[in-house]
Amino acid sequence: MKEEIIIAGFGGQGVLSMGKILAYAALMEGKEVSWMPSYGPEQRGGTANVTIIVSDERISSPILSTYDTAIILNQPSLDRFEQQIKPGGTLIYDSYGITTPPTREDISIYRIEAMEAAAEMQNAKAFNMIVLGGLLKIHPLAELDNVLLALRKTLPERHHKLIPVNEAALRKGMEIIYPVR
Amino acid sequence: MAKEEIVLMKGNEAIAHAAIRCGCDGYFGYPITPQSEVLETLAAEEPWKTTGMVVLQAESEVASINMVYGGGAAGKRVMTSSSSPGVALMQEGISYMAGAEIPGLIVNVQRGGPGLGTIQPSQSDYFQATRGGGNGDYNVIVLAPASVQEMADFVDLSFELAFKYRNPAMILSDGVIGQMMEKVVLPPFKPRRTEEEVEKECPWAAIGKKKHRAPNIITSLELEPHHMEEKNLHLQAKYQEIREKEVRYEEILCDDADYVIVAFGSASRIAQKVIELCREEGLKVGLLRPITLWPFPSKEIHELSKHVKGILSFEINAGQMIEDIRLAVEGNAPVAYYGRMGGIVPTPEEVVEALKKELIMK
Repeated sequence: MKEEIIIAGFGGQGVLSMGKILAYAALMEGKEVSWMPSYGPEQRGGTANVTIIVSDERISSPILSTYDTAIILNQPSLDRFEQQIKPGGTLIYDSYGITTPPTREDISIYRIEAMEAAAEMQNAKAFNMIVLGGLLKIHPLAELDNVLLALRKTLPERHHKLIPVNEAALRKGMEIIYPVR
Repeated sequence: MAKEEIVLMKGNEAIAHAAIRCGCDGYFGYPITPQSEVLETLAAEEPWKTTGMVVLQAESEVASINMVYGGGAAGKRVMTSSSSPGVALMQEGISYMAGAEIPGLIVNVQRGGPGLGTIQPSQSDYFQATRGGGNGDYNVIVLAPASVQEMADFVDLSFELAFKYRNPAMILSDGVIGQMMEKVVLPPFKPRRTEEEVEKECPWAAIGKKKHRAPNIITSLELEPHHMEEKNLHLQAKYQEIREKEVRYEEILCDDADYVIVAFGSASRIAQKVIELCREEGLKVGLLRPITLWPFPSKEIHELSKHVKGILSFEINAGQMIEDIRLAVEGNAPVAYYGRMGGIVPTPEEVVEALKKELIMK
């Protein structure tokens, strides 16, 4: 088993931490993982992305040019990464701010209105966990229990009170993701 | 014994945790992307409250390396870390350490140059690291980690080698290995050496004059040329011993290989993917990964060159290691180069193309 994933969006959306929690959860299931961020003069509102590989075997290159799954959270990232999804791969996107929807016909496409759901939950910061919930519904890369454990490991203790909110967000994401094609 | 804990962290963070755990006495550094997490992690961990390790943000890289000089001269396990432009500033201090035979660890998480360059990954400090870097005839022991695990493991190894040979050691990493997260098993805790242990293991150290011996003098200055030549001959003999005893490398699928890629650090990770892609096409390609860049695995590459149709030096720079490979190959096989510069990290696919174009199709 090997899954090569790109998560891409705006800086400040929680792209990197979402990837870290996914990687940590997979690690706790005994998988090999790598987490490679785009790093640069990053700022809130700029683009950010992270490549995550989850595998049963030793991981070679942490940097890739094609992906099994792309999670796309803004238009610039869709423009950049849609063509880099392997045929038969998966694209998950939030349509908020997307003016030119994806056109590929050789991949599975899912939509998740996570921005909208986060607004309904009155918690903009839950956005990335809603998206992660959606991904886990489509590709069960880790058990929910291990994702919660990963949150416990990665969040500083003073934020542990937020874990129930994050759990609710993960479950919400699992409910609201739906196939476009 | 406690069950070993597997954690997920960045290469830079692994360096910091490993330093605390392997009995490091002091860290002196100045922030620079992409290695700032080393100092940040040390500051967050506050080891001065637990192991007594000193952590100090110096006023500059020049100050940092001279603090390492001072700590090392007193027999302490001390280190600094920086990225390319910062390590360039340290070269004078490193040369003085080599001349005065002071052990210490310098970590370079490389970024693209020359000059202030970019903050993206690069391997363009290969020459600087493996040729000494500063003035005079000297070498630094250079280890090139290819994973977060090796970032952790090479801290203690570097100190061991540095003290064994009384020579500076360097971990030559880059923005890929420094910034990426992987799982890592941190080394077990080892206490810092006591004053008595330092005195016993480092009889040369400047730790205060004892009545039973002459003063220990730590210096790189020797005005009498005959004495200076003797000192150089001593250093060269030491470097020869290091060349004979401390070469480290890894071979992957070289036994049946028609073509071999030589790559280190992050490039060697990309090269592993290149091998996978090539073997899917039926091309027998292997990888030789130098783990020590100095001393370089010249003998091993020479032997390999007798049995292959070509060697590709794949490095994220303009082609620096290729010089060492050509010297090792001595014309036994064609040697080609592929790389990118300025902070661009090549994709596995473009390396496959280069391998075909430069060697297989020729």
